[in-house]
Amino acid sequence: MSERISAADVAKVARLARLDVTAEEIDRMTSQLDGMLEHFADVDALDLSEVTPMTQPFALVNVFRADVVRPCLDRDEVLASAPAAEDGCFRVPPIGGEG
Amino acid sequence: MAAPARATPPTAAAVAAAVRSGATTAAQVLEQHLAAIAGREPEIHAFNLVLTEQARERAAAIDATVAAGHDPGPLAGVTIALKDNMCTRGVPTTCSSKILDGWQPPYDATVVNTLRDAGAVIVGKTNLDEFAMGSSTENSAFGPTRNPHDTSRVPGGSSGGSAASVAAGFSQVALGSDTGGSIRQPAALCGVVGVKPTYGYVSRYGLVAFASSLDQIGPFTNSVADAALMLDVIGGHDPLDSTSIPQPHPSLRDAIQQGVEGLRVGRITDLPAGADPDVQERLEAAFDALRAAGATIVDVEVPAFTFGLTAYYLIAPAEASSNLARYDGVRYGLRVEAADTHAMYGATRAAGFGEEVKRRIMLGTYALSAGYYDAYYGKALKVRRLIHDDFDRAYQRADVLLTPTSPSVAFKFGDKGDNPFAMYLCDTYTIPTNLAGHPGMSVPFGTGAEGLPVGVQVLAGTLQEPVMFRAAAALERSLA
Repeated sequence: MSERISAADVAKVARLARLDVTAEEIDRMTSQLDGMLEHFADVDALDLSEVTPMTQPFALVNVFRADVVRPCLDRDEVLASAPAAEDGCFRVPPIGGEG
Repeated sequence: MAAPARATPPTAAAVAAAVRSGATTAAQVLEQHLAAIAGREPEIHAFNLVLTEQARERAAAIDATVAAGHDPGPLAGVTIALKDNMCTRGVPTTCSSKILDGWQPPYDATVVNTLRDAGAVIVGKTNLDEFAMGSSTENSAFGPTRNPHDTSRVPGGSSGGSAASVAAGFSQVALGSDTGGSIRQPAALCGVVGVKPTYGYVSRYGLVAFASSLDQIGPFTNSVADAALMLDVIGGHDPLDSTSIPQPHPSLRDAIQQGVEGLRVGRITDLPAGADPDVQERLEAAFDALRAAGATIVDVEVPAFTFGLTAYYLIAPAEASSNLARYDGVRYGLRVEAADTHAMYGATRAAGFGEEVKRRIMLGTYALSAGYYDAYYGKALKVRRLIHDDFDRAYQRADVLLTPTSPSVAFKFGDKGDNPFAMYLCDTYTIPTNLAGHPGMSVPFGTGAEGLPVGVQVLAGTLQEPVMFRAAAALERSLA
């Protein structure tokens, strides 16, 4: 195993990703992610110092919509699919618990 | 058991012509497909939802339009299945994930509106690997789809339900999405035509995002002509998608009338190994067929092709980890109640996402996290540039390239085991095209092991769909 990624890294990444994971999942993900990152070794061997990163396949810049008022989504229809709503807003559990 | 070959179905254009002229009705066409669904859907499971009543109402409305002397459009009465990651207003859109449980989109995807305006009849929403992450449709929260040619085998993925729907005659055509091969690979495994157009050719508005710089919508059809018709209808600029290409596209139905005389067909000499001998044999037959039709075969090199898989499995998960951050139990779908918002986010996402989706969110979050961004994501974007530029050089010497679509014919359920990378290798030949933003399509080209379908992939440069379709049509004609 190349040990590109540790169990502590995985636990930290899970927190960043807002994903509850069990100890067993951390073990399995550590091994699987390490295996996948191992494949990156062939890319590590490339000299990429002169290469410009490519972020999008078809370069369009400054795409603006026409500045006209259009109908927007119906609020009641949107809130009808929410897990909880109140007074025309999304309702969530208390914020600022252990944060 | 391999199913016996079906009689060649009529083309979508022929169906639409018959409906428009009154020679048949949209209702009759629909009932044939509903009968096929009633017969084999319990076994195949192509659909997450069959829209029987809505489709019947829609077919009746089209017939009424014809009766009133009006034209319902170029897809009049043509039945279509939609991959269940395309938003349909008031109709559940699940992405085959538990996390979207109960969600009914408040708007329609642009392609849905376009299809309706063209007279198509939507018969249902098809199964997929959760959030389009997979190559077998085994990763669906609602159970796998089976390959109509052999139900002990996968249909490919992630658009396995759409491919199976067309192959089983449940719908005339279907739409899928292709991020790394998710249209082309299942098309190959199910013996139908599947096209991933140039990035930006078809609007992505209302397509639930997986990897936004790679995702593209395209058709599954029984024939190259049907695929041309579909893209002629759904292609074009959409102001609601800022990555949509702001120019009209030439008619692909016109393009396929031309032959391949003088066309330069490239063979990639440094293509990664790994295709099975039966697949390789069909590829060689495809080169022979195009040569016989008047094309010239030229050797080209695409050295960075081999790095496609590695770059893709950093870039796609990175984009996915960002796109899937929106599933947090606040605005739609599943919520697991907890004492505070943070606990609710973590518990909801843990309960709602399947294992493969979690794996990619984790990999993507890692690749984007402080200290690793340059080492992984930044490098992957540079490799993406290499792949793009290598293809561009190849397209100076060749008009189209031919490769296998999938390294093998349809495999058995569970064949790829617990090793995620074994599944990822299914997309070796399709992924580089998405990274480059180029079009690619799979054309059924005979059978391989066990009499199962083999697809040949035709690739072309940016917006070179017309020449890609000419080659595809010539391959199809050579089998007739």
